[in-house]
Amino acid sequence: MNTSDQYLKAIYLIQDKEDGPASTGSIADMLDVSPASANEMIGKLEDRELVEHEKYKGVTLTDDGIVRARDALQNYCIIERFLLEVLEVEDFRGEARQLESVIDETVAERLDTIIDREPQCPDCFDAEDDVCGLLEVGVEASD
Amino acid sequence: MSLTYPVGSDHQLARLLQIGIVLEEVVEARAAKHAAESDGLTDDVRDLLDDAVVESADHRRRLEDLVEHLDAETVPFEEIEMLVEEQYESDGDFDGVLYDQLCNEETAYKFYDDLIDAVEQSDVGFGVDRDRLLTTLREIREEEAEGVEEVTKLMEAGE
Repeated sequence: MNTSDQYLKAIYLIQDKEDGPASTGSIADMLDVSPASANEMIGKLEDRELVEHEKYKGVTLTDDGIVRARDALQNYCIIERFLLEVLEVEDFRGEARQLESVIDETVAERLDTIIDREPQCPDCFDAEDDVCGLLEVGVEASD
Repeated sequence: MSLTYPVGSDHQLARLLQIGIVLEEVVEARAAKHAAESDGLTDDVRDLLDDAVVESADHRRRLEDLVEHLDAETVPFEEIEMLVEEQYESDGDFDGVLYDQLCNEETAYKFYDDLIDAVEQSDVGFGVDRDRLLTTLREIREEEAEGVEEVTKLMEAGE
């Protein structure tokens, strides 16, 4: 997943949580980058008409932005589920965050052929817990 | 601004190689399944699927050799074969099988290409020799690129 998709995913999750625009500060916090870096990327996403940025209000995804953000979130869900179900990784959340920049959506699609993902994905994603709400996390996992 | 991380540890490298092994296992299992269950395949397509099974098994073993040096385990092929079996839906005809095979080859190429980039960006000393690691990954990537070409030719010939 490329950097812009990771930003779109973060904005989508914050908008969902806040039920309104995402502030630059909360986007920077979620991605662990500086507000200046977040601002720079938000400007690029605005140029590509994936987000709208209103001063003092925050960032809102456009319809195209929502589609891409949902795809990115779905890929993230696939990576998390694959790590837990197939590789039995205990810290699947932490490792998914590290791996999402290296795992392209075509790779995620292939991994998706061997996991058991629900059709409503990614609507079942629980942003607070950073995991699919339907994933049984209590299974035996090792690293 | 970039959120792309270089490979930062043996643990992370081992994890990525494990994913590569699983991808190869998926290709191996799906190609074998297509060959066994699809009707009306030409000899050319059957040869392609047979070659894909052999090539993926070879790639998997080369990746397993690397993972061994990183003190990590790999998922046994039988386990992935079972998962493929559970989720498999036959693509049936000539076009479906070739399209799936094209996706397999393109996906593998993209995966190795990104992994090579992430290793090249890293200045970490790995438990496996860096030259050997990169040489193996580049060789496999090259073979995947050739695979994409072969499938594309067959698709064009079938049009």
